[in-house]
Amino acid sequence: MQDVKDIKPHIVHFAEDEQILSTQDLSVFYGGTTQKLFEASLQFKKKTITALIGGSGSGKSTFLRCLNRMNDKIARIDGQIWYHGLDINAQNINVYELRKNIGMVFQKPNPFPKSIKDNITYALIANGEKDKHKLDQIVEESLRAAALWDEVKDKLNKSALALSGGQQQRLCIARALALKPEVLLLDEPASALDPVSTSKLEDTLKQLRSDYSMIMVTHNMQQASRISDYTAFFHLGHVLEYNTTENIFTNPQGKITEDYIRGSFG
Amino acid sequence: MHEVFLDELKKLNTRFMNMVIDVSEQIENATQAFIDHDKKAAQEIVKDDQKVSKMALKVEKRTLKLMALQQPVASDFRNVISILKAITDLERIGENAMSIAWETIRVKGNKRIPEVEDLIKQMSDRVTFMLDQVLKSFIQSDEKLARDVAAQDSQVDELYVKARKAIIAGIKEDPESAVASSSYFMVIRLLERIGDHVVNLAQWVVYKTSGELVDLNSSNDENVMNSL
Repeated sequence: MQDVKDIKPHIVHFAEDEQILSTQDLSVFYGGTTQKLFEASLQFKKKTITALIGGSGSGKSTFLRCLNRMNDKIARIDGQIWYHGLDINAQNINVYELRKNIGMVFQKPNPFPKSIKDNITYALIANGEKDKHKLDQIVEESLRAAALWDEVKDKLNKSALALSGGQQQRLCIARALALKPEVLLLDEPASALDPVSTSKLEDTLKQLRSDYSMIMVTHNMQQASRISDYTAFFHLGHVLEYNTTENIFTNPQGKITEDYIRGSFG
Repeated sequence: MHEVFLDELKKLNTRFMNMVIDVSEQIENATQAFIDHDKKAAQEIVKDDQKVSKMALKVEKRTLKLMALQQPVASDFRNVISILKAITDLERIGENAMSIAWETIRVKGNKRIPEVEDLIKQMSDRVTFMLDQVLKSFIQSDEKLARDVAAQDSQVDELYVKARKAIIAGIKEDPESAVASSSYFMVIRLLERIGDHVVNLAQWVVYKTSGELVDLNSSNDENVMNSL
């Protein structure tokens, strides 16, 4: 079988003014020598959903975590990540500021053990926001954007832990949206949810697409095909194919991509 | 899970291929009966005129089940979709072959035009050859062959135009042949339509193989209209 290093990847490119985020030769090393990601160069288009797919250990989550510096303490990251003309992989970047602009939603819903409202306002207050009226407004806007407002508007002071898993996950999205990010990173956001909650979450993400750019890791092929505009396929730390989701799922160019999405391996 | 899918897909492909072979035989037999003025043979053919529709329905059910339960993607998706679309054309081809057999039973008047019947035989040979070739292109996933088959439809169209002219000339020469000629017009039209459906099949082989959706029929049809 051909070595994965020798395979010529099929990668889509976007004009500079269409991009929200891009990486250049991004490599990740764990423990100094073990390379988990190999020179990934990807451009992400504004206001679209991009799905990152691939088997376990393919490097997709490692890649995602680099995009808001979540790998800082555990790995060495070479290469550049461009965001508004800045290399956000550089040492002098304020990571907290960065994460306001590039938010993250994790696999397992992780609300704070506080009220629904406090979950949303926590970071805002920590950032110095004191205007109660403004905070209330942001709570409502964020919950509406995450399609949770109607379900929780009468119990904003109740504990977030009393919500269902699907509601908790949408609360985590609302919490991220409260900081007015431009980009949302989602790491398998629906893998712990039942089909009804998954469907609601997917609807929410589709609605958010008009205002936000989203990059999502998923193991669920149907989910990737249902809601994403673009899909990148990772294999053994290499990006082998990146194209419109329609193309990836109806006419993939590479044999390994084809075999993976057809379920022949991985 | 993929093994289960591949097994189902194999069965689906086999059923589809058998259907192509059956339909090809129907065209051949129906046209032969027509040329031989063999009403008995024609009656045998129309005895089971629902055969192709029944087979198509079975294939459709299998395809829909595969789509719903296995949710195929990539080449698997293209394979299943191309069959789902192609069987509609196969069904039409089967219906047209039945109509040729019915014309054999209905035909009246003894005055025949041998030259026209020879052209009808040529048309039938051409479309059944195309059908066999399109089946080969499907099995071998041979896009080039599928496109070649589609290009051959222009020969069917030429024969159609030639036959029309021969029928009109025949009526002029011997007005008594006009009775049989209405059947001739019908049969050559049916064979010409079969050619178009075979081109549609070729289009689905192109899609299955390359993922490209193409229209290989439009230019051919224009040529026919211009020659009339």
